[in-house]
Amino acid sequence: MTTTDYERNVVLSTNSDFKVIGTRPVRHDGVDKVTGRAIYGADYVASGLLHGKILRSPHAHARIISIDTSKAEALNGVRAVVTSADFPRVENKTVELGEDETKLLDLRGNVLANDKVLYVGHAVAAVAASNPHVAEEALSLIDVKYEVLKSVMTTDEAMAEGAIILHENQTTEELGTDSGIVSNVAKHFQHVKGNIEQGFKDADIIVEREYNTKTVHQGYIEPHNGTALWSADGRLHIWCSTQGSFVVRDSLSDLLDIPVSKIRVTPTEIGGGFGGKIPIYVEPVAALLSKKTGTPVKIVMTRKETFEGSGPTPGSKIKIKVGAKLDGKITAAHAWMAMEAGAYAGSPVGAAAQCVFATYDLDNALIDGLDVVVNKPKTAAYRAPGSPNAAFGMEQALNELAEKIGMDPIDFRLKNVASEGTRRPDGPVFQRIGAKEVLEAMRDHPHYQSSKANGIGRGIAIGFWFNIGFDSACNIALNKDGTVNLIEGSTDIGGSRTSIAMQAAEVLGIAAEDVRPSIVDTDTVGFTAVTGGSRTTFATGWAAYEAAQDVKAQCIERAANIWDVKSSSLQMEDGIISSMSDSELKMTLKELAEQMSSTGGGITGRAAINPRGVGGSFCGNIADVSIDEETGKISVERFTCVQDAGKAIHPSYVEGQMQGGSVQGIGWALNEEYFMSNEGKMNNSSLLDYRMPTALDLPMIDTVIVEVANPGHPFGVRGVGEANIVPPTPTIANAVYDLTGNRMTELPMTPGSVLAANNK
Amino acid sequence: MALVFIPSQMRTLSEGKNRVEVEGTNVKQIIENLDLMYPGFSGRLLEDFKIKPSISIAVDGEITPMGLIEKVSENSEVHFLPAISGG
Repeated sequence: MTTTDYERNVVLSTNSDFKVIGTRPVRHDGVDKVTGRAIYGADYVASGLLHGKILRSPHAHARIISIDTSKAEALNGVRAVVTSADFPRVENKTVELGEDETKLLDLRGNVLANDKVLYVGHAVAAVAASNPHVAEEALSLIDVKYEVLKSVMTTDEAMAEGAIILHENQTTEELGTDSGIVSNVAKHFQHVKGNIEQGFKDADIIVEREYNTKTVHQGYIEPHNGTALWSADGRLHIWCSTQGSFVVRDSLSDLLDIPVSKIRVTPTEIGGGFGGKIPIYVEPVAALLSKKTGTPVKIVMTRKETFEGSGPTPGSKIKIKVGAKLDGKITAAHAWMAMEAGAYAGSPVGAAAQCVFATYDLDNALIDGLDVVVNKPKTAAYRAPGSPNAAFGMEQALNELAEKIGMDPIDFRLKNVASEGTRRPDGPVFQRIGAKEVLEAMRDHPHYQSSKANGIGRGIAIGFWFNIGFDSACNIALNKDGTVNLIEGSTDIGGSRTSIAMQAAEVLGIAAEDVRPSIVDTDTVGFTAVTGGSRTTFATGWAAYEAAQDVKAQCIERAANIWDVKSSSLQMEDGIISSMSDSELKMTLKELAEQMSSTGGGITGRAAINPRGVGGSFCGNIADVSIDEETGKISVERFTCVQDAGKAIHPSYVEGQMQGGSVQGIGWALNEEYFMSNEGKMNNSSLLDYRMPTALDLPMIDTVIVEVANPGHPFGVRGVGEANIVPPTPTIANAVYDLTGNRMTELPMTPGSVLAANNK
Repeated sequence: MALVFIPSQMRTLSEGKNRVEVEGTNVKQIIENLDLMYPGFSGRLLEDFKIKPSISIAVDGEITPMGLIEKVSENSEVHFLPAISGG
């Protein structure tokens, strides 16, 4: 183990007046996870279980002329074959997908192609058979005739004059107005603040560059999976790995045209999601196959299918122009961002626009966003979607300006930093935020204060994610031994069941270990939105807080009845109910719980909320890199992550999120991309060739948790799951510049691109 | 009266104004009154008597899930934003 002369994991706490919050209990699901006892979707077994496999398009863009399934259906062991024709006819309404919305026919077309395939890997048909091998053999017997069309793979190709059009009925939407122009640009929007022309006239120095990023996958270890049982009574039960069981339920209801009350979704344990497990892929296909066969059908994607047939985050082209006075005050900034939506409209460019300038207090700003369809898989969310792409450009531009002005890059940012009352270019005014505190913690960190060794380049950057609220429900039942059972609907992708349980424990004055949290199916708990947008510890934690307050109020009422006093004379603190006027009247929660049945029955608290008060989170990095002169390989030698958590409920989980987001961002910076052939085929669709960083590639990520309490949450929580992936790419690019003098404007920064820049 | 911020792409409707004071105690009334002052806003913002899926409404800095029934106070700020997604 390496020793250091500083603390590697620091919590800069503003409020430590808690008993449970801020501690580091062992996670409730820890033993099951490390002993292999936890049940994941692929583990599902049932009597008569059939195995489904999906036939996928070999073409990036083609019209489907015909599909002949007769030979496959005749194969011994095959029980059913389905295509998009097996979906019921539905109205092309807009449907909600957790945090996102889409047209129903686009959703259906992505699950099983309608008349066209729009990317290599696009699902065309599916088979259910007695075992996976027979199902695979049957796929080879399905005869699909295609009319192959030219494809478009980049925003440049898609927006070019006379470009091949993916959707003949898609016209550009301009914030509520249909332009009527058939185009691959699904949406164009603009945010304007102040006078951008005057702002640039007032600038002493202007920097302007174009930045390009590639398609990147979330890289969750567990592939998509789903098992469906469509019973004879018309009820559908789904077991799957998802970030939102209610999203799966509601999407299936829309696609299959059956009431939500007839669908039950049981979320299994999830082996990573990062946004990519919000959309549905195999669940409706398994449902159609189960409806035809009357037996349960399980579909598990391969790794290749996960890369080619699920939703990565987009490649993008971004132009950033920023002007500043010689004293370091930014006078104007313009961002133009075109993002690949993939096969159907819906890139995260809108979110990118909310983040690109959010860290700074700008008088004059202009943001143009374009959502562009291309012949790649439909993009899905990935940690702070869109924001890392935007920050890659903006945060390099700021370092460039700081250098030209002659200011330290952190001081330059501090001179322009946003704070409470700052109006973002997209409109909203910030409540209390921690951007300044994060920058100050970076500046004061031993890493930034240390001198650099020879051959080391140092970079910094900061990023933002706004976080969301949305619906959450929680029920808490008091047990007779004073422990509680907590049920909630937020699938746990990062340790949230413990952070939620800790908030209930804090209210009830009991240990975190005395709360037993369970994540249950959609029949068993109230509507709960997706685990995404860094909302779960904030919103479902708040629901647990409210449900625990309900339990607490009932306990006080029950004690008042027992002692024949007014409930207003009692209090409950640290798990003890006591009178505020009579010191003799005192009992523990456990003592009360033992009397539940004889004093009125069980005590159950509940809450269903859709909270306001969401607090955005800022995250900054400091990175030291070295470069192998012969190969151009960049090595990260030291990396520090600083993030505002509002209040870290479980600091180890917050540190885990910060380290995980940092590592994913470093992978995005250095290695990860979809290598696409000219024909639109992904050439590296395995984890051997799609190179994600491992523990052996990186140093330990040092963390600093800054706590600027969110006034909108009972405990001050801000979500921490996403902002940490935003700054790594510009941080490393700035470090490379510091070492080489070369501005890296393309991701990933491969050894080849480093050598090419050196040789320019 | 609430202060309604007009996005650049809708300013052709508001005679170029980027901010307009509008009476109303909820988003529905704000849009109705805005449409009376500057016809065309309802068509840009509403579809089937609901906020268009491509648009989000922010009141006092927070995107509201309540849509047209979201309460608006005398000093509120109302923004029309493109709908966004998260991770």
